[in-house]
Amino acid sequence: MPDHDVRWTTGDPIADTKAPDGPIAERWDRRRFDAKLVNPANRRKQTVIVVGTGLAGGAAGATLAEQGYHVVQFCYQDSPRRAHSIAAQGGINAAKNYRNDGDSVHRLFYDTVKGGDFRARESNVHRLAQVSVEIIDQCVAQGVPFAREYGGLLDTRSFGGVQVSRTFYARGQTGQQLLLGAYQALSRQIAAGNVEMHARTEMLDLIVVDGRARGIVARDLITGAVSTYVADAVVLATGGYGNVFYLSTNAKNSNATAIWRAHRRGAYFANPCFTQIHPTCIPRSGDHQSKLTLMSESLRNDGRIWVPKAKGDTRPPGEIPEDERDYYLERIYPAFGNLVPRDIASRAAKNVCDEGRGVGPGGQGVYLDFADAIRRLGRKAVEAKYGNLFEMYERITAEDPYEVPMRIYPAIHYTMGGLWVDYDLQTTIPGLFAIGEANFSDHGANRLGASALMQGLADGYFVLPSTINDYLARQPHTPVAEDHPAVTEAVGEATDRLARLLSVDGDRTPDSFHRELGELLWDECGMARTESGLRKALDRIPSLREEFWRRIKVPGTGEELNQSLEKANRIVDYLELAELMCLDALHRTESCGGHFREESQTPEGEAARKDEEFSYAAAWEFTGTGAPPVLHREELTFEYVHPTQRSYA
Amino acid sequence: MNLTLRIWRQRDAGSAGAMTTYEVKGISEDMSFLEMLDHLNEELILAGDEPVAFDHDCREGICGACGMVINGAAHGPERTTTCQLHMRHFSDGDTIDVEPWRAAAFPVVKDLVVDRSAFDRIIGAGGYVSAPTGSAPDAHATPVPKPAADLAFEHAECIGCGACVAACPNGSAMLFTSAKVVHLNVLPQGAPERESRVLDMVDTMDAQGFGGCTNTGECATACPKGIPLTAIGRMNREYLRATVKGRG
Repeated sequence: MPDHDVRWTTGDPIADTKAPDGPIAERWDRRRFDAKLVNPANRRKQTVIVVGTGLAGGAAGATLAEQGYHVVQFCYQDSPRRAHSIAAQGGINAAKNYRNDGDSVHRLFYDTVKGGDFRARESNVHRLAQVSVEIIDQCVAQGVPFAREYGGLLDTRSFGGVQVSRTFYARGQTGQQLLLGAYQALSRQIAAGNVEMHARTEMLDLIVVDGRARGIVARDLITGAVSTYVADAVVLATGGYGNVFYLSTNAKNSNATAIWRAHRRGAYFANPCFTQIHPTCIPRSGDHQSKLTLMSESLRNDGRIWVPKAKGDTRPPGEIPEDERDYYLERIYPAFGNLVPRDIASRAAKNVCDEGRGVGPGGQGVYLDFADAIRRLGRKAVEAKYGNLFEMYERITAEDPYEVPMRIYPAIHYTMGGLWVDYDLQTTIPGLFAIGEANFSDHGANRLGASALMQGLADGYFVLPSTINDYLARQPHTPVAEDHPAVTEAVGEATDRLARLLSVDGDRTPDSFHRELGELLWDECGMARTESGLRKALDRIPSLREEFWRRIKVPGTGEELNQSLEKANRIVDYLELAELMCLDALHRTESCGGHFREESQTPEGEAARKDEEFSYAAAWEFTGTGAPPVLHREELTFEYVHPTQRSYA
Repeated sequence: MNLTLRIWRQRDAGSAGAMTTYEVKGISEDMSFLEMLDHLNEELILAGDEPVAFDHDCREGICGACGMVINGAAHGPERTTTCQLHMRHFSDGDTIDVEPWRAAAFPVVKDLVVDRSAFDRIIGAGGYVSAPTGSAPDAHATPVPKPAADLAFEHAECIGCGACVAACPNGSAMLFTSAKVVHLNVLPQGAPERESRVLDMVDTMDAQGFGGCTNTGECATACPKGIPLTAIGRMNREYLRATVKGRG
């Protein structure tokens, strides 16, 4: 791969991921046994900062505190209970095989590696599958009210990309119930004085002393005070960066600042172009749209997706006879039908809309029809399964999905890319760990449904609390003085940036820049990407950045609750991250998973991987704003699941 | 549609606040109430004014961050969260009053933003099952009868938005507290701490400055998640039982 037009340079490959060798099923046990431990009496002398209180962060904070560490935890929301994990609907995977339907740890491992289009690290994925079993036990013990059958045992359902029923759920609010379980465990530790909780406090920068992560700079969002917090290790559980697109299914305030500032301080950022577009979201209704709402993928268990066979057919759906409908997923992928993985379902929807067969305003939608399910199961059964989702849909669109098919369209939902981490979930900055969606580790180029909750809780409850011991046990605790140059420098940079944002006093609002950046990314680095489109975006982003610093208008001061300042400060980071995403997408001239390069497809229009060239994770090193980053490759080897062209036909 | 908004503006916790009138034009009926406020804020910023501060995050009715009193009703005229209220429920020419949650235990932070951290302290007092990570038996070791599981779920749906407190003439948090007590106390996993949970949560609730319950039922009417009023009766029984039985 030539480093053409010096948009990036190539550095040393990543030599060691710290993944143990030997039989894959024994690696996690071996790593845990080889890890050094911290004496329980010494744990309270060690401080761990955890940023974020979602599934990963909430679980990690509670568990580390239970182990005896002193935890200092942060969230920008007014309460740790509001982290965006709460919005996950469908369920959580686990290889319990309670159904006796042929499931196993190995099958979950296999499905996840295959679903990720062979771009994930086998050792990590296998560990995830192993740990999945313990997660369900843990959550049930906490009182998470999973759906149950009449015998009192747990119910499960199937999700896209798999042929077993391994998804545990709590109606359409699985994320909420799992998050409340973690939040309650965390609350218990806060009340016990083991976790020092800072709500409404946002991380602005990472403090690195002598090459190690030793603290953070954070802003109290109520008073505006910028403070430093030092620790023996820092854990980022700050979620993904989907909001770079402006319109996404993320919460409005979810942001990339923590991971991007860590990247600027030396943490490699891996596979930023691997973003997931969820096939079943409610289409946008106009320019006022502030976010997109997901309809759980579980709907595809019973809903049938179709568009009219004819272009420009504007008849209401009820007037289109059966033989003039194209159930295109069932037609193209007879084996998996409506349950193909998300990337495939999304692209198929885009294709039929591009052909002019889309439905609804602007032709940007396809039908998800429950008429057959209602006939087969009865309205009551459908209501019991999906009632809250149907209500939500009706509230937003004013259409009744029991009577009229839902209209859905793909939207940005999840980011597989994130901070590069080794087997211990440690970034390239010693002492800085990244867990949950904030890291890149387990989903490769595409995440399967109900696997985000699994990964967040696996990292937070089980993996990080084991691996971080080894780091803490090996580090002498030298205190960091408040006036250490690295501390004052980080605070100075953060406060200067806020002051600069307030001083421009231009003529454009933060949202107007965010929308413009989001549209550019959606068009050029969204569902389908081309070399010319990516180059266009790469040319436009630096000029947008320049315009931002000339024309941004942020009212008010920095010494108060100032939501415009919060937004503008996050957009500064999006304007840099967007460039790296496009660059990563440009450099990866293959298609894989959620990354679809139009130049690389099979004759049938499916993603064509180029394993000889791209069987690696791309870990990028920051060299300066707008400066060419350095590419470090982590070669991926597949000993257990051999790469094949994914087929769901 | 064009609307007149009368919005509570308050600089910070220590300042006095007042209703301020704004005109907004060209509002689409497909906008959510918060998108309508976004629209207003964009205009305020460009006019050199300070935008209206309000809490919001997921904008899909589940995080519980948003909440304002709209025309005197918590979350407005529909039984849903403010983010899921759409402008099609209003008419051209309407005047809409927008205020923060009003309750002694929820002090105003700025404009429509209030401090609900008292809720976190109630949960911290006992709204959990003590099950440290790693200590769990197999998930199927204890079957839970479906009616108990469903009852627990129905009460676990609470999003902690605070509408119940805002709607209550006494500013009581009985519905919020009882939702968690019922969720955990009906499950076998919650049984070992059944008595201490209800006693400690109720004590903490009282200490946070919430008012008492006089059975007006406004809380359950305003609840966007439909937490039933019977939760309060169930909690009262739990409390009485725990008082008689002791902490077990």
